[in-house]
Amino acid sequence: MKRSLSSYLQLAFTLLICAFMLVPVLMSVAAGLTNNYFQGLSSGLTLRWVEEVLALYSDTIWLTLQLALATLLINLIVGVPAAYYLASSNSRWARVFEELIVLPVAIPGLAIALALIIAYGGVHGLRTSWLFILIGHVLYTLPFMVRAVLAVLHSINFRTLEEGAASLGAGFFRRFIDVVVPNCKGGIISGALMTLTLSVGEFNLTWMLHTPLTKTLPVGLADAYASMRLEISSAYTLIFLVMLLPLMIGVQWSGSRLRKPHA
Amino acid sequence: MSPRLNQPLYLMMLPVLIITCAFFLIPMGRLILISISGEEGSMTYWYALTDSRYLNSLLQTLVLSIATTLTTLAIALVVGMFLARNRFPGRSTLVSLLTFPLAFPGVVVGFLVIMLGGRQGLSAELGLILDGSRWTFAYSIVGLFVGYIYFSIPRVLMTVMSAVEKMDVMLEEAARSMGASRLRVLLDVIIPALKPALIASGAICFATSMGAFGTAFALASGINVMPMTIYTEFTLGANVAMAATLSILLGLITWLVLLLARSVSGANTTPAA
Repeated sequence: MKRSLSSYLQLAFTLLICAFMLVPVLMSVAAGLTNNYFQGLSSGLTLRWVEEVLALYSDTIWLTLQLALATLLINLIVGVPAAYYLASSNSRWARVFEELIVLPVAIPGLAIALALIIAYGGVHGLRTSWLFILIGHVLYTLPFMVRAVLAVLHSINFRTLEEGAASLGAGFFRRFIDVVVPNCKGGIISGALMTLTLSVGEFNLTWMLHTPLTKTLPVGLADAYASMRLEISSAYTLIFLVMLLPLMIGVQWSGSRLRKPHA
Repeated sequence: MSPRLNQPLYLMMLPVLIITCAFFLIPMGRLILISISGEEGSMTYWYALTDSRYLNSLLQTLVLSIATTLTTLAIALVVGMFLARNRFPGRSTLVSLLTFPLAFPGVVVGFLVIMLGGRQGLSAELGLILDGSRWTFAYSIVGLFVGYIYFSIPRVLMTVMSAVEKMDVMLEEAARSMGASRLRVLLDVIIPALKPALIASGAICFATSMGAFGTAFALASGINVMPMTIYTEFTLGANVAMAATLSILLGLITWLVLLLARSVSGANTTPAA
């Protein structure tokens, strides 16, 4: 097929935008692995900075993982049943609840964090606990879990399946666990990956909610950017990207799997 | 369906409702109360909208967010049309490259802008070669704008691409065969067909830009976008009532824009990340 001049121009523009997205990331990766960034790559490659970051900030990495997994656990326990309710119920309240769940995503994280601090900042022990950040992460990621499961529930005929199971004598919770959950596995996986990705990278809420003892990786990054040399900031960013990459690949994979029509 | 099948249904929703009430509705209610409980009462809203410091911050953020939205929509339209319409080796790699940064927090985007336009950045090196001076843009409004575009592209591009894939190619061909110019086809066929997707993703882009905090924080430029102003009022100024007032105004703006976009476009507008 012969391509026209304009399609070459479009290709060139697309490549330019890709370069805009990619080049700074590559520069940052290179800086994190170079002995002296200002002398350039000729100063030699090293893992020195990565080791230094791990020595300085490994607690932020663990806290981030802990928060992401705890957020996921809560989202699974409360989000999946909620999606099932929203898909099953025809009541006006169900629509109101659906709006309500999504509301925290429509409002800037900073505002929600401020509201949480005003309402619960004085509760003894909570302000300095990692649970305070967990609250923020759940509020912010729950809509994505509910939406992902809801989308699958809307696309399958789960009522027929359930009525079949009911006619065989399966009780409500039995039907939910054995019929509904396995049938919306794709949505649950997709929502779970989204939850992990968002929680690992959350900054707007977390910056307000954190204390010196509860720093997550993005909070540590902000610290490093403000006070550390460029190589350390870059090595830290590199560690963050390495954590994020498998999650992002998973999100894309599960998204493309869901978009394909069901067999 | 028998009503018996539905019996404990509300129990499934209860935990989420408790979480939302306890940790969202009640705190938001407290935030509203705090915003009017300062010395000036509800006059804080008047000050927030008339005092030049707050008003400038609001206007700057609005202009920045609108400019970001329009630029990102234009970029996503060109790139999205191209990637959705053409099949070539490496295409899926390009799509992945353009969508991976979706998960980058604002601070990281700020750092990447420093990599591009900071004192030791790419443009500084380029400037040294070309005219012997370091070109920097990272710490000005340009740096913010570049950063905002960086985190907006992945969000908007996905929506635009899937809308282009659903578009009817026949309409375009019909218009072209009847002699319409490229520009006319773009203005009269393509953009109207993509309008719902453009409005929906544009609203998300705008709302995200209005609330973005990390990028401005990392760049530490003199420009006070609204979230930075709120942060400063709260931490440095200890002016909790004003921080609450500004938060509520900001939240109202983003929420209303998303609501409006949804009622106009009928599409799903839920911001991501």
